[in-house]
Amino acid sequence: MFELSFSDVAPERRSVLQDQGIPPSAAVNEQIEAVCSEAMATILENAAPAALVLEISPEDFARVYHGEGRNEARTPVGDIFRESDHLALFAITLGRETSHEITRRFERNDFAVASMLDAAASATAENAADLVQQRYRKSLEETGWSAQEGGVLRYSPGYCGWHVSGQKRLFEFLHPERIGISLRESFLMEPLKSISGVLIAGPREIHNFSISYGFCSQCETRSCRQRLRALYA
Amino acid sequence: MDILAEIANGVITGDDERVAELTRQVIEQAKPAQSILDDGLIAGMNVVGERFKAHTIFLPEVLLAAKAMYAGMNLLKPILIEEGIPSIGKVVIGSVRGDLHDIGKNLVGIMLKGAGFDVIDLGNDVPPEDMVKTAGEQGASVIGMSALLTTTMPVMAQVVELVDKEGLKVSTIVGGAPVNLEFARGIGADAYGFDAANAVDRVKGLVGLA
Repeated sequence: MFELSFSDVAPERRSVLQDQGIPPSAAVNEQIEAVCSEAMATILENAAPAALVLEISPEDFARVYHGEGRNEARTPVGDIFRESDHLALFAITLGRETSHEITRRFERNDFAVASMLDAAASATAENAADLVQQRYRKSLEETGWSAQEGGVLRYSPGYCGWHVSGQKRLFEFLHPERIGISLRESFLMEPLKSISGVLIAGPREIHNFSISYGFCSQCETRSCRQRLRALYA
Repeated sequence: MDILAEIANGVITGDDERVAELTRQVIEQAKPAQSILDDGLIAGMNVVGERFKAHTIFLPEVLLAAKAMYAGMNLLKPILIEEGIPSIGKVVIGSVRGDLHDIGKNLVGIMLKGAGFDVIDLGNDVPPEDMVKTAGEQGASVIGMSALLTTTMPVMAQVVELVDKEGLKVSTIVGGAPVNLEFARGIGADAYGFDAANAVDRVKGLVGLA
């Protein structure tokens, strides 16, 4: 279990505003400032970040990754993990209160704060996952793993051909219930502001997959490219 | 300034208390409910929508305007129902089965209501059967589907297939981060909305208002 404090994963005001479509160069009026301040104060009050990491052998991960047998025929993770040096399953969550507060705000027609709070929560969850990734990398370095040419990236069920039903075996192995995350019948996590997946450590080039998988043409986000650029930055 | 123009202005500036106060006043003055809706609340939201599309205001300002519009609408709705005044169209929306992400879907719902649509929001993780059944029972004109996961996008195709199978006279629109126009066309959806404002325009087009 990794200790996480909110101050380590607090979202940047700028990234939250950007998520709401406000470019960094834009002048932010008092109304928007007030909404943003309220969202930031609310997440500070409600978020209770927690994380879990568990090393896993390639053989065990192969079983986890196979999941319910519903992955695409060829996937990046399926190609990458066999070339890895280390693998670990992970889960992070902000706890239930943040999601409840977002719902409550929407129900009260407090849409602007609800939307900004949702953006702040998503940014916080991503920051928490980034921090877990960094700490995992650091822990490997301490055991002698050479990170000079190596890189750690995370991959999650629901993305890049890893079917969301893969959560079932991931949960059976990792038990994220220990940090308050449960799995719905549809294989989605509660609270919603949770992230789970696998941390893959290995030579950086193994993460540099070509975006020519069958499902890539249907993907608009191309977030895999941003993560790869960060790895080489 | 005419009181309806003042209501519109209150919506534009996101002043929910002022909009509620003015709407109460015009209701007491027995102004026609349709006029309060069209010339006050929706008129204000139309300006907001145009400014948003022109990038002169941002999403939080649209949502503050929507809150103000709802403040008036909550007072007006019982009268609209009592007088049997229909909305400009009924839309069933939901995040498809397997998808819990609903922020984009919520924004579309808020903006559709702001444009005068009657919105039935089924929430997230909605089975195709529920979407189609609700649309049929409620006489909806449009089903709006949202997905944030590539793995849940195929559920949108199942909804379109089910609509065809049931022979329902209902149009379909899809949206969400991994979705694009090519995908929408590929599954036979009638429209694709690249953001909430665009989705409202597309839905208006589907019901013959654009």
